[in-house]
Amino acid sequence: MIYLDNAATSWPKPDCVPEAMLHFLREVGASPGRSGHRLALEAERVRLDAREAVAALFGAPDPMRVVFTLNATTALNIVARGLLSPGAHVLTTGIEHNAVLRPLRALEQCGVVVDMVPSARDGTVEVAAVEDNVGPRTQLLVVNHASNVCGTVLPIRAIGEVARRHGVAFAVDAAQTGGCWPIDVEADHVDLLVFSGHKGLLGPTGTGGLVLGRGFHAERLPALVHGGTGSRSEDEHQPDFLPDKYEAGTPNIVGLAGLLAAVRYVSARGVEAIRAEEQALTQRLIDGLMGIPGVRVVGTGKAQLQTAVVSFTLDGHSVSQVALALDEQFGVLCRPGLHCAPRAHQTLGTAPQGTLRLSPGPFTTTDEIDRAVEAVRQLAGRRTDG
Amino acid sequence: MAEFAVILFHSTSHAVYAERVLRRAGLAVKMIPTPRHLSSDCGSAVRIAASDQAASLEALGAAGVVFDRVERLG
Repeated sequence: MIYLDNAATSWPKPDCVPEAMLHFLREVGASPGRSGHRLALEAERVRLDAREAVAALFGAPDPMRVVFTLNATTALNIVARGLLSPGAHVLTTGIEHNAVLRPLRALEQCGVVVDMVPSARDGTVEVAAVEDNVGPRTQLLVVNHASNVCGTVLPIRAIGEVARRHGVAFAVDAAQTGGCWPIDVEADHVDLLVFSGHKGLLGPTGTGGLVLGRGFHAERLPALVHGGTGSRSEDEHQPDFLPDKYEAGTPNIVGLAGLLAAVRYVSARGVEAIRAEEQALTQRLIDGLMGIPGVRVVGTGKAQLQTAVVSFTLDGHSVSQVALALDEQFGVLCRPGLHCAPRAHQTLGTAPQGTLRLSPGPFTTTDEIDRAVEAVRQLAGRRTDG
Repeated sequence: MAEFAVILFHSTSHAVYAERVLRRAGLAVKMIPTPRHLSSDCGSAVRIAASDQAASLEALGAAGVVFDRVERLG
């Protein structure tokens, strides 16, 4: 079996991840932030370790500004629903995931004005075009760091400078880049960094979060979910301090124990080292696919400009039939279709059929890439619609 | 009898963060349930030697750790 669906969720996980989760369940088990006994405190220390590991990975100076959520989607909803009120203007791009677009479309029904910076056919976005679209009512600029469809990476530091210059809150959806592309919230001028725990960070599903940049005032961002935090129990109102403000309800502490082990693994191996390995695999995959008659690879075609996500179409074949044949006949696991990003596919010229997406990860080998390319080559010469 | 000071917090997140920052600064700390006669938002407090109070508050300030207040224990 060749798993090439790391853009959905990474697999396999490093052994330390399930081991840490099992250890937590067997030896700690308690809920952090609630009771004061030794196991509750140990659970809180695990959560603090996880905050510190994530903060260090993303260049954030204060671990209390790392907020954990169940996924990147929840964090994006905190950002969009918290910052945007009727009449506000929000700017995003033409290659976003529905995790960004659906909250914005819902807010549009309430009088928020949504604009999209045009993206080129390869998914790139011009920084000047971003600046041209910022207006006096712009409250939020939210962009994905890399497309989950074609992997194209946006220049967030330059876009962040635009946001900073105009006094606009800058949110980055780093679901596809956390752990496999360098991110520094301070140097990149990011006010609100949204991350997924279970993709490039190699943690379990049910983990993700939000990092608040040092210059961002949390008073601007109300909580989305209200409830018990273990703190200020006598008060029926949500606490206003970080991180409790955004962490109502019992957290996925078992998942955070796994995420901690995963982020330590990624940090020890090195984001730059992982990036270099994935870049080589990605270029090998792009070149291999482009050598097959009838294959069209979308995006820039240059691995140095993208994450390890390669989308393509195959003339005369439906993507879902090819995906099924890859799975059943060759053991190659990938994701066909629209990838929860219909707007991105419109931009890339691949809507409504979508693409086949192959996404290697930190444990993918060159041999697996070559076998996947060979499988596509064989299918290209046959009918897959029967 | 040794004199202690107790640092009180709004949240266990902050209490455990303070414990870590103070340990890293080489100070002796103990997590204790917040004494009943001291009202606090949070069930856990950090106990330090009274003689370490100035150094402790300096370390917490340098790291930006938020706390509620400090009380002496006799």
